[in-house]
Amino acid sequence: MPLLSYLRALNRALAAEMERDPAVCVFGEDIGIAVSNVTTGLLKRFGPERVLDMPISEQAFTSFATGAAIAGSRPVIEFQIPALLFLTFEQIANQAHKFPLMTGGQVKVPVTYLMPSSGSRVGWAGQHSDHPYSLFAHVGIKTVVPATPTDAYGLLVSAIRDDDPVIVFGPAGAVARREDVDFGALAPVPLGVGRIRRPGTDVTVVAVGHLVYDALAVADELADTISVEVFDPRTLYPFDWNGLAGSLARTGRLVVIDDSNRTCGIGGEILATAAEEMRLIAPPKRVTRPDGAVLPFARELDLALQPTRDQLRAAIETVAKSQ
Amino acid sequence: MTDSAELYRTVRLIRRFEQRAIEMVRSGVIQGGIHPYIGEEAIAAGVCAALGADDLITSTHRGHGHVLAKGADPVRMLAELAGRQTGLNGGRGGSMHAADVSSGIYGANAIVGASAAIAAGAAWSHQRAGRDRVVASFCGDGAVNQGVFLEALNLTSLRRLPVIFVCENNGFATSMRVQDTTAGSITGRAEAFGIPAETIDGMDAEAVLAASARAVARARAGDGPTFLECLTYRFDAHHTWEYSVRPRYRTDEEVAAAWARDPVDIQAARVPEAVRLQIDTEIEELLDEARRFAEASPEPDPAGALDFLYASSLRGRGGTA
Repeated sequence: MPLLSYLRALNRALAAEMERDPAVCVFGEDIGIAVSNVTTGLLKRFGPERVLDMPISEQAFTSFATGAAIAGSRPVIEFQIPALLFLTFEQIANQAHKFPLMTGGQVKVPVTYLMPSSGSRVGWAGQHSDHPYSLFAHVGIKTVVPATPTDAYGLLVSAIRDDDPVIVFGPAGAVARREDVDFGALAPVPLGVGRIRRPGTDVTVVAVGHLVYDALAVADELADTISVEVFDPRTLYPFDWNGLAGSLARTGRLVVIDDSNRTCGIGGEILATAAEEMRLIAPPKRVTRPDGAVLPFARELDLALQPTRDQLRAAIETVAKSQ
Repeated sequence: MTDSAELYRTVRLIRRFEQRAIEMVRSGVIQGGIHPYIGEEAIAAGVCAALGADDLITSTHRGHGHVLAKGADPVRMLAELAGRQTGLNGGRGGSMHAADVSSGIYGANAIVGASAAIAAGAAWSHQRAGRDRVVASFCGDGAVNQGVFLEALNLTSLRRLPVIFVCENNGFATSMRVQDTTAGSITGRAEAFGIPAETIDGMDAEAVLAASARAVARARAGDGPTFLECLTYRFDAHHTWEYSVRPRYRTDEEVAAAWARDPVDIQAARVPEAVRLQIDTEIEELLDEARRFAEASPEPDPAGALDFLYASSLRGRGGTA
């Protein structure tokens, strides 16, 4: 089967949806030349009326998308830098997200915010290395973090077709991935449905985005002593709580690995919900970025603040032994 | 009915609506207060008279006048302010978010300067779909110092979108005088982006209508946006909390002097007395009915507090496990 890269999967999803639905359009910076390799070929194929290179006015073009969506379009905005989501938080959280409720259901705002290469790319320093997916889950924006090319395709398609704002994070640690794929079998992946990447019986590891690969590697390393189940939630909001409960019903032990800052990160929410509502036979643990992390420039310092396989392995071993 | 009488009807309706809404704030029927539009009625009336039924507006925190002038039902508008299920937004928006999309009202917006980019996007989307829609985007003088507003001017001009930016310069951003907040000129901002700009008398509904009609014609001809700075004065409070807080940022004498050019009186003088009295009577009857309707309408069911949060079928978790 042919290899499909993560970025190519995003590109195929955009092209397929633009082909299927003339309301779909793409806004962003330098998307005509596809500087992020996500919008390659779209300008030539669909023209400048549907592929809009925007001035460096992220706040304006984010709300421009809101207005366009209310008026019947289905815009996808590609952001180049995750920190731009802080700049446009007003436009996403306070405008796009609130319009349906505030108008009493008179409007819908089907905008997709696409953030390829989120999180650390190592060496891009403090203002290019954020991973703020928990912030969007917190305010109630549908938030997806695909780990694989197949899921990147399927979740982006579902995001575009959804009638609400959806934000799609493509972690930098995942976008270099390739996958053997039958292109004809690529299909939408529903929002809010997780997936067990590796079945196991002793400990459930919830891994977000690119950390799925780290969790699978650690599970392999520990295979002789601990049977690890790796649960990839794929969507963080709405979260697949039933899927997690099913896994914990088997294992009763939980570790989360999450590239959020620790306080109010999605990892904390997963632990809290499991503790309140699910079967746990041992205290759970989470591996995250530290509180308030700002990633420093130097490689050693950048890596020092990201969740590691060693930390995950230690957490799994502790939780597995705990009574 | 003549244009003059129609404009009079609109300014008078807005004035009396606001006065009655203030009474209902004082009596506690309207919670949270309002930002009265009293003194600025001629702008909403003139601009919206130049628009067609299919054209659109975006509004501000001081939006009642815009919403009424564009054609929303005053009865359901007052019910919305009273937080009733029968309101325009089902009691979910209130004074600062009143919307009636079926009348082309894409919502009042509580963040200063926020709606200009939304207006631009709506204009673009309709234009792309081949629909002839002009969007009038209202803002105050405070908005012209907001970054996203200036970004929106650039984007709109760049794409020659059919938008009219209507800046209601009432002299104050809350308590701050425009000369203390605004370097350069307001129209100069628009002109810097290549948008034709005009400063007009915002107390004269017919002057506003004439300038707006020119702007609408430009927009429909594909010549892009126009910026209208409408000089006006806010006769009443920034927000009804001023009645209890009583901030002192202007003198009573200054306010009294401004009333000498009352936009309702200016328009009334152009209408025969018999016609005017007939209009006044109809408006009082309508607003009597609106108040009765609002007070008799049911309050929304608390079980539906998060209805409409998502256009899809998603329901989030509640606040307890």
